[in-house]
Amino acid sequence: MNEPLQTSGSLRRRLMLQLVGSAAFLATLLFFVVLGFARDVAQQTHDSILLASATSIMDSVSVQADEITVDIPYAALSMLGNVSNDRVFYRVSTRDDVLTGYENLPTTSQSVRSGHSAFDTLTYKGDSIRMVTSLRRLSLNGAPADIIISVAQTREGQAAQLAQLSRSAMQLGLGFFLVATILAIWAAQSSIRPLKQLTEAVSRRGPKDLRPVQRPVPSEMIPLVSSLNRFIGRLRVSLTRSEDFIAEAAHRVRTPLATVRTQAEITLRRVDRAENRASLREMIRAIDESSRAAGQLLDHAMVTFRIDSLERKAIDLTELGRELVDRLQPIAELKDIDLHFFGSGNPKITGDAILIQNAVRNILDNAIKYSPNESAIQVSTRQNGNTARIQVEDEAGGFVGMDTDALTQRFTRGENAAGTIGSGLGLTIAREVVEAHGGVLIIETSKTGTGACVSLCFPLH
Amino acid sequence: MRISLFSFALILSSVFSAVLTMPTTSRAFEVEENRYFGPKDSDALKILSTTDTDLLAPLIGSFLALNPGVAIDYTSVSSAELMKAVMLEGAEFDLALSSAMDLQVKLANDGYTLAHYSDLIDLVPTWGTWRNHVFAFSQEPASIVISPAAFAGLELPRSRQELISLLRKHPDRFRGRIGTYDVRNSGLGYLFATQDARTSESYWRLMEIMGGLKIRLFCCSGDMIENVARGDIAVAYNVLGSYARARKDLASRITIVEPEDYTNMMLRTAVVLRTAKHPKLAGAFIDHLLRAAWDTPDVPEYPFHRYPISDEAQNAPFRPIQMGPGLLVFLDHLKRKRFLAEWHSTVQQN
Repeated sequence: MNEPLQTSGSLRRRLMLQLVGSAAFLATLLFFVVLGFARDVAQQTHDSILLASATSIMDSVSVQADEITVDIPYAALSMLGNVSNDRVFYRVSTRDDVLTGYENLPTTSQSVRSGHSAFDTLTYKGDSIRMVTSLRRLSLNGAPADIIISVAQTREGQAAQLAQLSRSAMQLGLGFFLVATILAIWAAQSSIRPLKQLTEAVSRRGPKDLRPVQRPVPSEMIPLVSSLNRFIGRLRVSLTRSEDFIAEAAHRVRTPLATVRTQAEITLRRVDRAENRASLREMIRAIDESSRAAGQLLDHAMVTFRIDSLERKAIDLTELGRELVDRLQPIAELKDIDLHFFGSGNPKITGDAILIQNAVRNILDNAIKYSPNESAIQVSTRQNGNTARIQVEDEAGGFVGMDTDALTQRFTRGENAAGTIGSGLGLTIAREVVEAHGGVLIIETSKTGTGACVSLCFPLH
Repeated sequence: MRISLFSFALILSSVFSAVLTMPTTSRAFEVEENRYFGPKDSDALKILSTTDTDLLAPLIGSFLALNPGVAIDYTSVSSAELMKAVMLEGAEFDLALSSAMDLQVKLANDGYTLAHYSDLIDLVPTWGTWRNHVFAFSQEPASIVISPAAFAGLELPRSRQELISLLRKHPDRFRGRIGTYDVRNSGLGYLFATQDARTSESYWRLMEIMGGLKIRLFCCSGDMIENVARGDIAVAYNVLGSYARARKDLASRITIVEPEDYTNMMLRTAVVLRTAKHPKLAGAFIDHLLRAAWDTPDVPEYPFHRYPISDEAQNAPFRPIQMGPGLLVFLDHLKRKRFLAEWHSTVQQN
């Protein structure tokens, strides 16, 4: 029953890992998208400044005295210096000649049409450069002449800017990931919560609580919960049926047993032979045992039934105890047992008087049954803080060295029970009643050490 | 004055066109002076400089005192020769110090220099460095040097506008007695002229008027200062203020005016050359210069006047010439050709 269940992993962990995984994926994506975007923007910015520079140089190109001349504006190059500290190169050329600037600046591989520009990333003197090439067609001596202007700048500033941007993008991605992770943990926790709550509600139930689960649950859990409820229903029906069966059986057996016992006693009086009398006595004893067992089974069925719908009324424990002692006095006297009651105060509890009576009677029955002749049994009630206690103390030897917990299991009997009539249900009934009332059953050795002391402790009214 | 007595234009155009042609094997660049400091047996830090040896000798001395066992081989050249040595001949020096900041920027832009990083760079105003390659270690103004004697009875001009109106009012007094750089032959004169032309239209008006008054052209600041001191000329325009200040012997006969409308500040700069054999030591020497130029307290061996550092340089009359690719524009040989043609037609009006 209690072997560990096999797990197929944690739902919460799986959910969390999936959420965190997708957060990591999205954060990485975000990083690259932002970086790519920033790179494009940085490149475009750089390009547009280069183009502005080339354009202003282009605007200064003129034809004077049949000769192409360039008057590079100061701003054409100084504007590049204002953006970054990068090195600047330029060249003004026609198809055939370099007019001015850096002759060995590489040329663009793209074909540029007049009035258009091309951008290249090239290497010059061992450094990466970004270069714009603009072309314009002029008329020189009546013939068309192409003016090609290239302006280039090294990319250190851009690289530094990109490094800065990628740091920012990294921080952004990391921040996104952290926030998403926290949200993922929260989401995983909160979607698991109804499951947890249901588990707690089911495991908090008492052993006899077979009511269907009524609390609202998320729609995904409806099939599970309704299956569980159907299962509980079947279990309850089957339990009830078996309890009914036992009670019915006990009841049916008890009446004929009484008849048989009467007949056996009558026969015993008529019979003179010693061996016949002995076997008849043995028979009567067995009948007593069966009858008592049947009685206890009936008691137990009654207790189980009443616990299911527990009545809650005020009960005076002292009154209940005294009445019980009075009722059992004759049985005790048969064994010359000194049964006396000592009540202090009037501790009041709430509960089912019949059940509690039954419980105490079972204890007292046991005590009388196991006590030797001419011993004493004391029943006492007492109030102790928030607890009301009724206790039965005997001189029947007690449960020395025995597992007192196991004694309260069904059909378990003490070691000293051999030779005494009993079913082993008495302590079980007492314990079930006490626990149904929110109390505890305590089994100890009596103060004198010669017997047992069984206490039923209930919370006060 | 070291900046380019030599044919500057020739060299510049050759710099552009001849990078492809092979460098000459012999030491073809002209050395003005070579002096050795420190122990003879050690491997010396080789400095190529346009700054007079005498001017920097105290700073070199304090550097050697701080770095025992180090020697410095100091070669002074003109700025054009410096370019020739580095760009065309691949001469092996560790450090180049030059007043031609446009050429220094070109060296850095074209990849002839190494970067240098140190904490001291934080001392230098942002306009005083470029790319961690070019480091300014002085601010020297383009001044107007005036002979107070020639201006007797007149109020001294404080700005270009005042100078223009004075020249307009008294043309006879100043005819033939105005001087400035011959920008065709002087790199610094060209730098000052182009920066003037870029900054203000009043430059061309001034040149127009000066040209009308038969302006005399000089090769260098030293000549102009001496001519003013002698009274040969009354006004010299765009004279390097640091040289005028240095002539303490002439102090009573010249007045230095830093124009209030704006005063271009030339920055003397240092670069570690790519051919450096001792880049670390070169960096240390740069740090030494930067400490002298920008750190407090002032060091007595620093030979230049320390002007206040203002980050709002654009609003103050002192405008440090901006380092950066903009300086390459006026080195463009077509640009230069046009500028010189225009300048010449403005100044030579006969």
